[in-house]
Amino acid sequence: MTDPALSNPRTVGPRPRRRAWAVIGERALETVIRASGVSAILFVLAIFFFVFREAAPVLFSDDFNFLEFLFSAQWYPTSDINVRYGTWALTVGSFSVTALAMVLAVPFGLGAAIYISEFSGPRQRETLKITIELLAAIPSVVWGFIGLTVMSRIIVALTGAPVGVNLLNGGLILALMSVPIIVSIGEDALKAVPDSYREAAQALGATRWQIVFRVLLPAAKNGLLAAVLLGVGRAVGETMAVLMATGHAVHLPHSLVDSVRTLTANIAAELGEAPVGSSHYQVLFLTGVLLFCITFAVNLTADLVIRGVRRK
Amino acid sequence: MSRHILRVAQILFLGGLSAGLGALLLPTGCGGGAGPEPATTSIQVKGSDTMVNVAQAWAEEYRKVEPTVAVEVSGGGSGVGIAALERGTIDIATASRNMKPDEIERTRRNTGKEPMEFVVGFDALAVYVNKENPINEIALEQLAQIFAEGGTITKWSQLGVSIPGVSDDTIVQVSRQSSSGTYEFFREHVLNKKDFKLGSRDMNGSKEVVELVGTTKTAIGYSGMGYATLAVKMLKVARKAGEPAVAPTVENTLNKSYPLARSLQAYTLGEPQGAVKKYIDWMLSDAGQKILQESGYVPIPTGGKST
Amino acid sequence: MAVVSLAATRFTKTALAARKERAEAVAKWAFFGMAVAMIIPLVAIIAYLLYRAAPSLSLEFLVEMPRRGMREGGIWPAFIGTLYLVVISLAVSAPIGVLAAIYLNEYARDTWFNRLINLAVINLAGVPSIVHALFGLGAFVYAAKFGYSIVAASLTLAIMTLPVIIASTREALASVPMAFREACWNVGATRWQTIKAVVLPNSISGILTGVILQVSRAAGETAPIMFTGAVFFKAIQPGTVFPYRLQDQCMALSMHLYTVSTQIPNVKESIPYATAIVLLGTVLLVNVSAIGLRVWLRNRKRW
Repeated sequence: MTDPALSNPRTVGPRPRRRAWAVIGERALETVIRASGVSAILFVLAIFFFVFREAAPVLFSDDFNFLEFLFSAQWYPTSDINVRYGTWALTVGSFSVTALAMVLAVPFGLGAAIYISEFSGPRQRETLKITIELLAAIPSVVWGFIGLTVMSRIIVALTGAPVGVNLLNGGLILALMSVPIIVSIGEDALKAVPDSYREAAQALGATRWQIVFRVLLPAAKNGLLAAVLLGVGRAVGETMAVLMATGHAVHLPHSLVDSVRTLTANIAAELGEAPVGSSHYQVLFLTGVLLFCITFAVNLTADLVIRGVRRK
Repeated sequence: MSRHILRVAQILFLGGLSAGLGALLLPTGCGGGAGPEPATTSIQVKGSDTMVNVAQAWAEEYRKVEPTVAVEVSGGGSGVGIAALERGTIDIATASRNMKPDEIERTRRNTGKEPMEFVVGFDALAVYVNKENPINEIALEQLAQIFAEGGTITKWSQLGVSIPGVSDDTIVQVSRQSSSGTYEFFREHVLNKKDFKLGSRDMNGSKEVVELVGTTKTAIGYSGMGYATLAVKMLKVARKAGEPAVAPTVENTLNKSYPLARSLQAYTLGEPQGAVKKYIDWMLSDAGQKILQESGYVPIPTGGKST
Repeated sequence: MAVVSLAATRFTKTALAARKERAEAVAKWAFFGMAVAMIIPLVAIIAYLLYRAAPSLSLEFLVEMPRRGMREGGIWPAFIGTLYLVVISLAVSAPIGVLAAIYLNEYARDTWFNRLINLAVINLAGVPSIVHALFGLGAFVYAAKFGYSIVAASLTLAIMTLPVIIASTREALASVPMAFREACWNVGATRWQTIKAVVLPNSISGILTGVILQVSRAAGETAPIMFTGAVFFKAIQPGTVFPYRLQDQCMALSMHLYTVSTQIPNVKESIPYATAIVLLGTVLLVNVSAIGLRVWLRNRKRW
């Protein structure tokens, strides 16, 4: 305390010089750090570039019709007489499985998020969150295996459907896979609602039920929407589980127990088969570009929605 | 305390960084350093899903014959094996169909070598139905009506079959994913090159076909005869309605009376050399053929040789 | 009316209060049911898989070679292959991921460019695994000429799991109070010195958690390695710990589960289940240890 240097700032000497190599090392390190930060952008661009590069030739070939690619349900990639690349049935397959999964996962996911953030005690909350984390950790091939072996038998027994690997099976599996992400993002959104809202509502005599529906859900709706969107992104992009559980039939589904094929599963099943550089191979990469764009759009929207929340 | 953790993490981090850099640099060099066993030779085998099981059984057994040779087996389909051979990235391509002229041409152009074909065995493509299905035989044109685009048979009753305990007897067709050798063979020999009806369940592996047929009473599917299980039965197949139907057996395959029999091929780039040659010779030897038969395929008649 | 009865029976419930309480209880139980509906599948799945796998589960199953066309025996080559893939992908993605997170949290100002980086990270996490597979095939197998190999597969996995590390490291860094940094800057430390001396020691637990989660994610993925370096079968020397070279292809647990359940006929009933249990067990064990670490270190937190 009585150090003269401290009592009189003027006597403080120049800062001890750091050795030159320390300064250079630090600069170098900071450059590496910056480069790593930028790498995320590079990777995303690289993914798009390399996938698009393999797909590009088919886009510019004469006998390829982009509208037919998007809107025809005729998928005959290896036909001897008439090759047709129509992904409509696959797109419908992807979206019907995803829609079914969301119908199941959204109420349960949001309900669980509400319970965790509003009703549970700290110990219970911790247990539930860990469980959900573990649920999220189950690898997709294990989910697919469960769909193939366990779920398919249950479905045949319960619905009398001829085949157990179908839309319903895939939907159930995907619902279980996307619930964790809906719960964790949804809970974050609810936590972000200021406590003063709850207190005000309580002071007016609202029950917690009313608080949830009249106050929290409207206040957190953007965050909850983002949670659902991220769940959708997860479900659309899932590959192994739907490959094993949906029955893999190119086919516009008419009922819950029809088999379908998704865009992702189609790539996984046929990529190994398609001769490298053939138009079939290129079309599969083009499907990859399509998937990339779909998930990009979904994630971008989710991000904008969340950002909107933060602004407020 | 957390200082210690930091120290440990720092070491791990630097170790990881150097290992990562090493991993990036290594494959360009010879890269022998990471393998502790010196002088192991890898033979890469890729191709037919029909043959992947026997290829695996061979690889497993060959380890005992030649401990310094490690055989890598991947499936994916006949098409993928041949495509990889065209690029020269593998040693042996297995295929349940013959190479097409344009594939041979591409191989010549890309690698400057002539693909060599070895017939390593035979397989009967069996038509499977559920064990509880009373049907016992079927004609090729009936199969075509069931599977081909525009085919008129959609219900078992049209074949005069009623399956006990089933209310909706719509036929569930189980097929393979397009461009597997099995799929192409079936299209060529049963559907006369017409396309399949959309809506068939296109399974990814031969086993999945048989499993699905085994759990679905109204299903019909096709797969190599080696895949039979207790839950399914193999139909006798007639070339034409009215002609005698033939069961898929070893004899009927060899004397060509079974209509859906095919040969199984292995392709190499040019005349095989060294370890690859030894491996193929061993496949064709009695020991190799015995394994083939145990895996559920039909061995080459004694004295059979490569074509 | 409610007011009157409230005055008259001061300590008994009014009809309104009772209704409110009932509604409250109903709400609580309804939401509780939804939360529990997620625990049930987890427990049921694990229990069922364990039950079916029981006949094959043993230490031998883990360390033995597959036999008789993978219908019997163990899963050693697949297990080791997964280890290879995980370790190499970790070696690549952990440094890049941690540094990227440091950049985003400690250096980046709120400019359009850095928002772009954020967006890229979010999208990297959202890219479907099969698209990563296409990328790995196009970029590493063909363009970089690594061929189908452990390196190509690991690099694909590394890029795929990068967002996991970035996200959790960022969270860990962000949880270090700003005041700590300010105190350090005020004594004249540079940005990097501050990070090294103050920020990292205080956030190392969270960073490790992220790294561990990356391991679990990488171990479970199938699609990205299916087309870049995982094989159906590879014969290796029994008992060796380093059977693969980096330019070889390898077997992997997740791929093995896929092949035994879709491709191999007449496999012993319990083997696919046992493979699933080993894969699931490995992944969950890794996750539980991450959670354990997090809880333990959070309890020791001093601020």
